[in-house]
Amino acid sequence: MYRVEQHPILGDAPKVRRVKIFVDGQEYEAKEGEMIAAALLAAGISTFRYTNYKHKPRGIYCGIGRCTDCIMTVDGVPNIRTCITPVQDGMRLQTQHGSGEWQRGDAHD
Amino acid sequence: MFNVLKTTGAPSLEELKTTVAFPQGDEIYKKGPVAVIECVEEIPCNPCETACPKGAIKVGDPITNLPVVDFSICTGCGACVAACPGLAIYVKDYTYSDTTATIAFPFEYLPLPAPGGTVQLVGRHGEPVCTGSVLRVVNSKRNNRTAVITVEFPKDYFDDVVNIRRIDI
Amino acid sequence: MRMIEKELVIVGAGPAGLIAAIEAAKAGVDVLLIDENTRPGGQLFKQIHKFFGSHAHKAGVRGMDIGTELLGETDKLGIEVWLSSEVCGIENGHDVWVIRNSSETQYVHAKKIILATGATENAVSFPGWDLPGVMGAGAAQTMINVNRVLPGRKVVMVGSGNVGVIVSYQLLQAGAEVAAIVEAAPFLGGYGVHTAKVCRAGVPFYVSHTVKAAYGSERVEKIELVRLDEKFNQIPGTEFEVEADTVCLATGLTPLTELAWISGCQFDFVPALGGFLPIHNAQLQTTNPDIYIAGDIAGIEEASTAMEEGRLAGISASAALGYISKGDAEQLTDKIWDSLNALRSGYFGQKRRDAKDYMLKKGSEVIVCSTC
Repeated sequence: MYRVEQHPILGDAPKVRRVKIFVDGQEYEAKEGEMIAAALLAAGISTFRYTNYKHKPRGIYCGIGRCTDCIMTVDGVPNIRTCITPVQDGMRLQTQHGSGEWQRGDAHD
Repeated sequence: MFNVLKTTGAPSLEELKTTVAFPQGDEIYKKGPVAVIECVEEIPCNPCETACPKGAIKVGDPITNLPVVDFSICTGCGACVAACPGLAIYVKDYTYSDTTATIAFPFEYLPLPAPGGTVQLVGRHGEPVCTGSVLRVVNSKRNNRTAVITVEFPKDYFDDVVNIRRIDI
Repeated sequence: MRMIEKELVIVGAGPAGLIAAIEAAKAGVDVLLIDENTRPGGQLFKQIHKFFGSHAHKAGVRGMDIGTELLGETDKLGIEVWLSSEVCGIENGHDVWVIRNSSETQYVHAKKIILATGATENAVSFPGWDLPGVMGAGAAQTMINVNRVLPGRKVVMVGSGNVGVIVSYQLLQAGAEVAAIVEAAPFLGGYGVHTAKVCRAGVPFYVSHTVKAAYGSERVEKIELVRLDEKFNQIPGTEFEVEADTVCLATGLTPLTELAWISGCQFDFVPALGGFLPIHNAQLQTTNPDIYIAGDIAGIEEASTAMEEGRLAGISASAALGYISKGDAEQLTDKIWDSLNALRSGYFGQKRRDAKDYMLKKGSEVIVCSTC
């Protein structure tokens, strides 16, 4: 279990509504309002994408929205910084390969 | 420069005894429970001074001064234990019984041990020293989430014991 | 494009920015506080430990509780706060370009600006540092204290400064194991009381060591440590392995100064305070007379100094706008300087005091204070 439900200083985790997110088609539970990266780490997922040339796994690094190591394709839009983007109910996440592919927008409407 | 502190992470007993904050002689422990302060670096900090209800701890001005305990006033009440932001103070009582002493130390982990339970006491480097039994666990609002645990342990280990090993879930 | 007019724009709603906003709002200034995050508070809500200092410095209060207090005051004063808003530029020294919610542009014309943008973590690289599981210590701290999620179970901490040892302690509190704290220098950097807490929890410290490499397929699985000689060169044959799934880098902070560069402020290099800093004077004014700085952008220190500098910049800007008289401002800022000097004393503080004194001397030479 990666979630810290009881903490000596923070106390018990507040009761938060659960939402459904999908990672590469598989369903997971997340806490409403939490950052995507936190939801994934809580689910034991630490690889969010693979690099363009050497296909090396990448996950969070700076955690503060500056380095872009944590990017994934979110609801069809690539290069979304998962460490600073909150989850939404029904959100579809895809492990991104390279710079990803737009699956929304003019070419797809 | 405190070599042991700055290479291993914790001061040696010898290094502590060279500071004004640490009790200077063993006779101090013979009178009953007293505050033992392991504060060796001059950092601007004085909550221990303001926490003591008897005014037994003096930091003064500038607040980088190390705290000095007046053991003729200190009653070992332990108000300073939770007040120290560095968790560097505990109360030891050498006189608790003929064979045992007690230590009341700050603890900020879960789970908290239960009164009556057996715990593993450790030294400054986390090394196991002896086992002991929990007398009291205080987690009052006033202590601001720093629990103070009192443990009884064999007197022989009086100088070595500073805290307990965290309890594995 | 409609230009919004504001008397004072503060960039960054961490401790320095929040207090600057509070001081200015109390003086009657029309303030706009802007932050790129979805929540204000900067690093404060991650600091779950008790602060040092004196009663006036909120000693004994946990950083996160100070954050809650400051937000409460901000609310009470009705200060306008823009969240999820990135300041991408400052034109003509006064026109602040803001992108809100990653979707709309807004320009704000500010009479005065306070930059309180904080700092960024430094990186140390080694083979395998790009593996998932290698992250900044700050990233781990956000995960455990704000999101309540462990980024891993067994951590090697690189760096024994206060950030490294405090985050190590907080990782233990969150239920992780800290397999080692690694320090390249021959002596540990953090406060003795911070290292002692972690030491008695059984965490081993390795001075004169560094990470040679991290190994793993999908994420970190083990770390190779190696001893360093007095010139910080790796000593062959001294390598040994430590099992871990996470490596946290706590190897220093650098001020986030892009906006000061963009708006043409002059800089100087002050290593003891983190690197390139905007030159500033005792009013925390930069070489651009309408731009002030406060907090880590003015030099890497602590939350306590950030809060005092926020107060100072808020008062300086308010005085420059005419809301506080010169005499009153001097009285208030004298007290703040007493407080700052007290915080910058002792074994650890003196180095920062000397560095700040150097900077203030430079500032007084280069900057002509318009309100003096």
